[in-house]
Amino acid sequence: MMQADLTSISWLSLAIWLPVLSGVLVLLLGGDHKATLTRWLALAGSLVSFLVTLPLYTLFDVQDGFFQFEELLPWVPAFNMHYHLGVDGFSMPLVLLTSFTTVIVVLAGWEVITKHIAQYMAAFLIMSGIMIGVFTALDAILYYVFWEAMLIPMFLVIGIWGGPNRVYATIKFFLYTLLGSLLMLVAFIYLYHQTGSFELADYYLLPLSMQAQIYIFIAFFMAFAVKIPMWPVHTWLPDAHVEAPTGGSVVLAAIALKLGGYSFLRFAMPIAPDAAHYFSTAMIVLSLIAVVYIALVALVQKDMKKLIAYSSISHMGFVTLGFFMFSQLALEGAVVQMISHGFISSAMFLSVGVLYDRVHSREISAYGGVVNKMPVFAAFAVLFAMANSGLPGTSGFVGEFMVILAAVKFNFWVAFFAATTLIFGAAYTLWMTKRVFFGNVTNHHVAELSDLNKREFLILGILALLVIGFGVYPQPLTEVMQATSAEFLKHMAISKLPVTGY
Amino acid sequence: MTIKQILMLIPVLPLLAAAIVGIFRNFLPRWAGHVLTIAGVGAAFVLAVYIFNQTLSGFTLNEAIYTWLDSGDVHFEVGFLIDNLSAMMMVVVTFVSLMVHIYTIGYMAEDPGYSRFFSYISLFTFSMLMLVMSNNFMQLFFGWEAVGLVSYLLIGFWFTRPTAIYANLKAFLVNRVGDFGFLLGIGMVLYYFGSLDYATVFQRAPGLAETQINLLGSCNWSLMTVTCLLLFVGAMGKSAQVPLHVWLPDSMEGPTPISALIHAATMVTAGIFMVARMSPLYELSTTALSTVMVIGAITALFMGFLGIIQNDIKRVVAYSTLSQLGYMTVALGASAYSVAIFHLMTHAFFKALLFLGAGSVIMGMHHDQDIRNMGNLKKYLPITWITSLIGSLALIGTPFFAGFYSKDSIIEAVELSHIPGSGFAYFAVIVGVFVTAFYSFRLYFLVFHGEEKWRHAKHDDHAHAAHSDAHADAHHDDDHAHDEEHHHGLGPNDNPHEPGWVVTLPLVLLAIPSLVIGYIALEPMLYGDFFKNVIFVNPEAHPAMEHLAHHYHEFMHSPAGMAIHGFTSLPFFLAASGVLLSWFFYMKRPDIPAAIKARCSVIYNILENKYGFDSFNEKFFAGGSRCLGSLLWKFGDITLIDGAMVNGTANTMGKIAAKMRNLQSGLIYHYAFAMIIGVFLLMTFFIKIN
Repeated sequence: MMQADLTSISWLSLAIWLPVLSGVLVLLLGGDHKATLTRWLALAGSLVSFLVTLPLYTLFDVQDGFFQFEELLPWVPAFNMHYHLGVDGFSMPLVLLTSFTTVIVVLAGWEVITKHIAQYMAAFLIMSGIMIGVFTALDAILYYVFWEAMLIPMFLVIGIWGGPNRVYATIKFFLYTLLGSLLMLVAFIYLYHQTGSFELADYYLLPLSMQAQIYIFIAFFMAFAVKIPMWPVHTWLPDAHVEAPTGGSVVLAAIALKLGGYSFLRFAMPIAPDAAHYFSTAMIVLSLIAVVYIALVALVQKDMKKLIAYSSISHMGFVTLGFFMFSQLALEGAVVQMISHGFISSAMFLSVGVLYDRVHSREISAYGGVVNKMPVFAAFAVLFAMANSGLPGTSGFVGEFMVILAAVKFNFWVAFFAATTLIFGAAYTLWMTKRVFFGNVTNHHVAELSDLNKREFLILGILALLVIGFGVYPQPLTEVMQATSAEFLKHMAISKLPVTGY
Repeated sequence: MTIKQILMLIPVLPLLAAAIVGIFRNFLPRWAGHVLTIAGVGAAFVLAVYIFNQTLSGFTLNEAIYTWLDSGDVHFEVGFLIDNLSAMMMVVVTFVSLMVHIYTIGYMAEDPGYSRFFSYISLFTFSMLMLVMSNNFMQLFFGWEAVGLVSYLLIGFWFTRPTAIYANLKAFLVNRVGDFGFLLGIGMVLYYFGSLDYATVFQRAPGLAETQINLLGSCNWSLMTVTCLLLFVGAMGKSAQVPLHVWLPDSMEGPTPISALIHAATMVTAGIFMVARMSPLYELSTTALSTVMVIGAITALFMGFLGIIQNDIKRVVAYSTLSQLGYMTVALGASAYSVAIFHLMTHAFFKALLFLGAGSVIMGMHHDQDIRNMGNLKKYLPITWITSLIGSLALIGTPFFAGFYSKDSIIEAVELSHIPGSGFAYFAVIVGVFVTAFYSFRLYFLVFHGEEKWRHAKHDDHAHAAHSDAHADAHHDDDHAHDEEHHHGLGPNDNPHEPGWVVTLPLVLLAIPSLVIGYIALEPMLYGDFFKNVIFVNPEAHPAMEHLAHHYHEFMHSPAGMAIHGFTSLPFFLAASGVLLSWFFYMKRPDIPAAIKARCSVIYNILENKYGFDSFNEKFFAGGSRCLGSLLWKFGDITLIDGAMVNGTANTMGKIAAKMRNLQSGLIYHYAFAMIIGVFLLMTFFIKIN
């Protein structure tokens, strides 16, 4: 009885609209002159929004590989558009990651943001709802609207609360992603003409010629590859990260990048499975370039945020690598990598934020010997650095381990290049850690540092627990995606080419 | 309490102690740091002894504790495999760890990071136990990297020293190179054997012995060879085999107790343990065994040479560790796995003893580590002196001492082995005996005998010749602080003192097994059935071990017989001449080594530069990666992608827009003219169509 009551609630709509509503509420009620109220309101909003996503995990049926918590309402009947939501084993963890990260971001901006507090908090709350919309939409146009809408708050966050070069960064970010997604819209319109529907399920069943699949795949690729970002369309990310405020960087790294990864799984691959197979070699090569090339680039960065941004690209290379080997181990490894990267990159950017708030520099050379003044913070930083280097026992290990093991089966040399991350990942992360944290105190800025306050300790502590928790026991994460990934691979194995013709 | 619960407690207790002390060290009193961790490790030791007793009477266990994750048909589990091998390792690890814990109370007494240190070494004990108790490759890799992490933390324990934080980064990265191969090896195991569980893998191994795989071009490789070599790359990193040995000498930057525990007795032997554990795989590839043997032989001999010219007391012992690890590796290559493990165990005791003894000397010398400033310390540090002598005698293989049994068995096993490379390996280990005796007693004589050189030592240029290898990224301005911290040492009128019982007790407790463990364990471990069903040897392909047993039963009969026989053997004469020569050189005629040094400056320089490995790695790998990274960034990202494509597109757009702007002049007659042309064109077009 209880169970039935709980399942009848529209959890997904709540997950999308509660944060949006709280954002609007913060905008209306908050303001710089009542900062405390604004902050607590935002925190309450984000917490409630996080809590309503928890039932998605607890009520999730791990045996079911298809969509759950579905909601279907007519939206624009003239064009056969629907308000259609649903989650499967891939998107559900990402929804939780999004709502969780929003709480972290609100906490991270607590005392740091002093101007336009309400707008800042509202932007993140609204963005959170929109991104959950992207992860849950099962109607192409609904998805597209959420996808594009997400750009606006992010554009504002970087443009208003960003660094000195923020205009260049925002324009670059906006144009890069917008140009990519326009082609996606064309693909949706083409598919609409073929099916008369924007329903994702119809697209999955639609037979398509190889040529059509290739065009569709390329159109999707343009949109998603930019977002992930894959080499060579990655150069917006370091700039955006450098200029973004800490909260912006966290959302960018933890969630925005996953929108691209997730969308490959949701659209590009199942709609055009033959093209996905056709392009798999190219995709794997691009992924490996991301892993190796970008890791080397990360090694020589002088700006901490840029280094972590490049490290993100390199880690996301494992995600696309895992997708295109078409094995369950690799696929689940890729999704685990997305979730884990959400925690670790958040933590890394928050750590930079901790230093930036005190010293106002992101240059590695501006630091040295931080551990002498901030021992607790240094302990966290070393933990997250180790997680970023993929140390077993942290969540960073799990996804990479799965993908590399699967890669050995796929092709030894793919595994060989992917495994270089063990060396390069450790090299750039730990070298930075060494230069920033260890040694003697190098200058008076470092000498004046004070250790973490309670709020910072709380944020980093929660992330540390998650990073270690999922490293020691990743099963709760992987068991929800088992059925889904099995179904996905079954679907991918069936050709969509028309039986006759072509 | 069930035996499984006891087994779980063994690693968990040190972990718990490490976590409590580590997290709450600022809230706990100072004594809690050592009381809690010693309680944890002590309990683990007692339980490990209990388990060891159980295994002696035939108890084995192979069970999963929990499912780490499932993915399709791949299952990763955390579980324990308890047999004689892992039980023995557990006892050795917890015993040495307990000794080091006690010793640390004295050694780190004045260090501000007192509790942090205890937390780390307890965490290390946990990691090492997880490694040796594992029943699958995934957990093995976890332990493997976790001990690497703790090693990283402990080498860089004094995090303000530029040399220390250089050394720990180096250690971690070099180990990662090994782990890179190791992980690929694990991938091969999962792919071809379909499981990561030891038992399953070993069971399936014979069926895959003939499998050929194609990696590159048309060249076929034996699956077993590729897998074993990849796994061995991991062992080369962890057990510091050439060319991945470079991190171990630098790891001496860490406090001495961890040099004893991690970089001598336990962690560095993980590679040896791993290969012995994988004996059912290695037995199927003579090529892999050959490679293992040759690499071990190179390490055993050439690292020994480096020990001769070191002046830092810890570095001499470190190079001797490298060389002894080479001996163990050679034994593995000769399929004498049990001998390798036997030497691992005896070495753990006497090398931990030597390191702790060195630490006691360092304390006595007020943290001066240069053996050229020491001398006649037997007068001031009698317990350290006696125990160090025992350790040194064990190390050089004096009959009846622990090291004799294990080392002589290695030499004989290599002699009896006939796989490719065994000739060279035999030469290396036999010459190595002389070298070992020479540098060990050079150290011993310089430290404990002769004149009291600190009384007229020049402290200005003291000690850290070995430290001053051009550490590329050590900041110049740090050198000052570095000197200050290191600049201790005795004044001319000071007398060194033996530290308290917390230091000397572990020395004595380690000296006992260094004396007797070889005598006790020789027969059961090598010729009994202690490792039956644990270590697998294929006597047809690799009969060395069988010949060794035969030889033993025919000529030696008993451990005592072996020792007596040992007095007439070649290794004994070599060791004795090494000792004599070092006595002659450093006690009798110190002018001779100086003269040799002056004459053979070429050889001396090669040794001083450690064969150039460090500078090559620094220039080629570290420098090369940075260079390539810069190139890819500046040229690839900034010039090509951003410059030509992204901003290039934007600029082109801008230019086109500028041109287009010119068209919109706002003049009516321009527009009218354009319209007329347009109309004409359209008309022409339609007429053509019709």
